[in-house]
Amino acid sequence: MALFVGLIVVWQLAVSLLNIREYLLPSPMAVLRAFIEPETQWWPHLWVTTLEIIGAFVLAGGVGVALGVAIAWSPRLASALVPFLVLVNTLPKVAVAPLFLLWLGYGIVPNMLIGALIGFFPVVINTAVGLSQVDPEMLDLGRVFSAPKWKIFAKIRLPNALPYILSALKITATSAVVGAIVGEFVASQKGLGYVIITTQSSMNTPLAFGALVWVSIVGLALYGAVVAIARWAAPWAEATQ
Amino acid sequence: MSNELIDLDGLGMTYAADSGPVEALSGIDLKVGRGEFVSLVGPSGCGKSTLLRIIAGLRPATRGSVRVAGRPVTRPIADVGMVFQAPILLKWRSILDNVLLPAELAGKDAGRYRDRAQHLLQTVGLGEFAAKLPRELSGGMQQRASLCRALLLDPPLLLMDEPFGALDAMTRDEMNLELLRIWGETGNAARKTVLFVTHSISEAVFLSDRIVVMTPRPGRIAAVRTVDLPRPRTVEVRASAAFGQLSLEIFRTLTGS
Ligand SMILES: Nc1ncnc2c1ncn2[C@@H]1O[C@H](COP(=O)(O)OP(=O)(O)O)[C@@H](O)[C@H]1O
Ligand SMILES: [Mg+2]
Repeated sequence: MALFVGLIVVWQLAVSLLNIREYLLPSPMAVLRAFIEPETQWWPHLWVTTLEIIGAFVLAGGVGVALGVAIAWSPRLASALVPFLVLVNTLPKVAVAPLFLLWLGYGIVPNMLIGALIGFFPVVINTAVGLSQVDPEMLDLGRVFSAPKWKIFAKIRLPNALPYILSALKITATSAVVGAIVGEFVASQKGLGYVIITTQSSMNTPLAFGALVWVSIVGLALYGAVVAIARWAAPWAEATQ
Repeated sequence: MSNELIDLDGLGMTYAADSGPVEALSGIDLKVGRGEFVSLVGPSGCGKSTLLRIIAGLRPATRGSVRVAGRPVTRPIADVGMVFQAPILLKWRSILDNVLLPAELAGKDAGRYRDRAQHLLQTVGLGEFAAKLPRELSGGMQQRASLCRALLLDPPLLLMDEPFGALDAMTRDEMNLELLRIWGETGNAARKTVLFVTHSISEAVFLSDRIVVMTPRPGRIAAVRTVDLPRPRTVEVRASAAFGQLSLEIFRTLTGS
């Protein structure tokens, strides 16, 4: 915290002492002014971007867990899915953004999809790994008592995978933010990414910084929520996180 | 009903490994009576764990026959308690819920076993730890909990694979006494049959009615020794000349000297 405050002070001093022009690097005071400027209507932009980020996160988490479960459930599904997923993961997903816009048009959905596409892969991998990293002797116990496969999944494999899934979701929280902003860069009429793009022509750099502050607030809030949920849902795994 | 609980006849096991077949067990003939405590000692890799898994029906033998309670074993036998070297408790469950796991896995009403689970924990001195998570307990305490789990459904057969191998010597001695107490050394008609794998000769001598000494891989039976030391086995028994003599003989058989 002290370091953070120190950096802000150095930044402010550097900008005023070196006389750096505002459109190149605005001072913290200028950013703050833009941030609280009543004429800037933040809410619609903030709302749209937050919605995209949360949508991307939920989609990546849901699809990621579902695919991870499918892979761990059946070797046949795994051999069908894994090569395809690896291929998708090697694509530079940012490059796919214009296609999504072409297919789905402007709006929230394509930006959500881009965020989800960037963030789902670690969830798939961690889910599949967490589901299979179970003591073989524990599985022997399951077999000795003729426990059905779903029961082993519900009582042993899924709880075992939970810390793995939660730690992947921390990465996904960050990817969702990247995806939403990139989507808005490519084409949008609203959102914090849209605000940043418009400042390119208006040279209103303090406004771009103000938007960046909002982006980090949303990103940090989501990340913090995931960390808090992880602590609450898997307290036994604290040592491994 | 025959007197033998376990009857192995010409049993052999060859694993198909990537590097070619691995013969783990060969020509095992062994009968274990009901209520008998039998230890298996042998060099590591001689197939002791494999033998337990075959008896539990977790893996088919490649030769010979296995009968438990007179029936050929063709799939996992439910009437068995298993204890391994690691406690393998579920990290997210309380000790009590870990002990109740077999009831849940076997599709029984776990609620009906709560009192029994609590009682078992009491008998091994873990009564106050029922609500704790495994990581809050020492290794020895966790292994006690895993013993309770194996006993929950009151199986007539216990298969124990180096259950105390990871514990320090003092805790191990304590656990040995506790195991004998639970097994019903002081006279119990419904005594469990125990097949106990260990690396420790003195542990085998201390616990067992009979000791099966195995050869290096492929594991064969090198000798079967009856332990005619008096029960209950006490610290005095362990210090006796007969105990030392028998230990030495088993050591000689094991090392072929
Ligand atoms: N699943 C397996 N596939 C191939 N070889 C195995 C397998 N399990 C055990 N073995 C081999 O069989 C032999 C006996 O193993 P094991 O029964 O674990 O011995 P022990 O418990 O006496 O140390 C070892 O050589 C081991 O490498
Ligand atoms: Mg072994």
